[in-house]
Amino acid sequence: MSDLTRFGDEERALAERIMSRRTALNDAGRLGASLLAVAAIPTLFRGRSGSLLAQEALTEQEMATLNFALTLEYLEAAFYEQGLAAAGLVPDEDRDVIGIIGQHEDAHVALLAGVLGDDAVAEPVFDFTAGGSFADVFTNYETFLALAQGFEDTGVRAYKGQAGNLQSSGSLLTTALQIHSVEGRHAAMVRRMRGQKGWIVGAETDVAALEAVYAGEGNTTHLGVDATTTTEVPDEQVGEAFDEPLTEEEVLAIAGPFIVA
Amino acid sequence: MSDTETLVRGEDQESPAPSRTNRRAFLKTSAAALALSVVACGDDEPDPFEPDPDPDPDPTAVDLGTGDIAVLNYALVLERLEAGFWSEVVSNPYVGMEATELETLTEIRDHEIAHRDFLIAALGPDAIGELEFDLSAVDFTSRESVLGTARTFEDLGVAAYNGAGQLLENVDFLLVAGKIVSVEARHASVVRDLLQPGTDHFAGDDVVDANGLDGAMTPQEVLTAAGDFIVTELDTSGLPTA
Repeated sequence: MSDLTRFGDEERALAERIMSRRTALNDAGRLGASLLAVAAIPTLFRGRSGSLLAQEALTEQEMATLNFALTLEYLEAAFYEQGLAAAGLVPDEDRDVIGIIGQHEDAHVALLAGVLGDDAVAEPVFDFTAGGSFADVFTNYETFLALAQGFEDTGVRAYKGQAGNLQSSGSLLTTALQIHSVEGRHAAMVRRMRGQKGWIVGAETDVAALEAVYAGEGNTTHLGVDATTTTEVPDEQVGEAFDEPLTEEEVLAIAGPFIVA
Repeated sequence: MSDTETLVRGEDQESPAPSRTNRRAFLKTSAAALALSVVACGDDEPDPFEPDPDPDPDPTAVDLGTGDIAVLNYALVLERLEAGFWSEVVSNPYVGMEATELETLTEIRDHEIAHRDFLIAALGPDAIGELEFDLSAVDFTSRESVLGTARTFEDLGVAAYNGAGQLLENVDFLLVAGKIVSVEARHASVVRDLLQPGTDHFAGDDVVDANGLDGAMTPQEVLTAAGDFIVTELDTSGLPTA
């Protein structure tokens, strides 16, 4: 317990909740591991949002949802890590931008893995060429950015699709939304670096292999109301004004070719 | 009113002017407009100039309602503010606004109007009417002032939707809020990149924390932050707090 003394009351309360959940597993070794996981993410608790502090033990659905998110974050984090490490790939003038995106994805991995503790899925092995479809991903910056855009826009749609699964989860929902909008910032920036608009136009993509990322983005009906009929704004802008969700199944179909094991 | 406070009708109406040319011509008659002021016109809105038939402590306050309706009306307050602001920006471009920039900012305006008009339609008779805003702190001739204010509004919009998600009971409303908030985040990113091009400012550490998290604010925090811009008194007592 002395490991907890450097945490504040709220952090200790959270750690104890996690511990009591682990204790229920009656596995002293796993208990120790979860304590390490908590200790590894001290900055989590200093977040402006106070997120996660009120979180009770995770439900099965929450675990599944967070592990799905974690898988995507692993993918993004590894992608930028490998991209930044590839000699001559990311131009000097873009390294700050790509660097901060990578930092955020790393932070998301740490945060989600920390919350999940022992229940976190292991990091998959990735093949960012997708079996050769993007063979020059780490030697051709245009290919790298095209995939970056695809991953970020997918991330936005993936989190959106999971919001309902976290609706009863209080601050955990808020945390997911706080990640979701950061993915939106990333997506807009990468799109503009590629000469695209910051927002998604219909289901358009200039990369045929990424069509699934944008499938359904042309929808303009929300809550049963066709938003193009409620305004004189041009239909194209009405479409841009609403991002659409993807289901877990749709996201995994997109991510699948990049996941080897 | 002095020429620094002009009634700009139509800017927060339910659709944009049909053409930029007309809009420009119109604005010449109110080029000095520094404050956006719009009168209440919803069918169910009390006329602020008539005695309230059912007086309460603040008869002119606009009641957001209760529960999910209140949360969506709270979103509508912000969308009305953003739509009004961006309409003014596009109608009265700052000095040196390049064509591509005008195109981008016009699209942002259109998105915000689309959000506003959608929320009005979705809320139906429960939608709050038009609101009076005070944008006199913005120098619409100055790129720095306009984009700086835009950054504040878009970041605030992101934090507002992020914080409001857990207040919603209806999962369909939550999804719609999610559809809107990521576009607000795209706006924030673009505006920030216009301010500091090619840097990490689009998601800088002034707005994204060390955990890679964007802001999340309660309605009370948001309305306090936006308080100087919102003239109309709002009755937020029906907003859920958890």
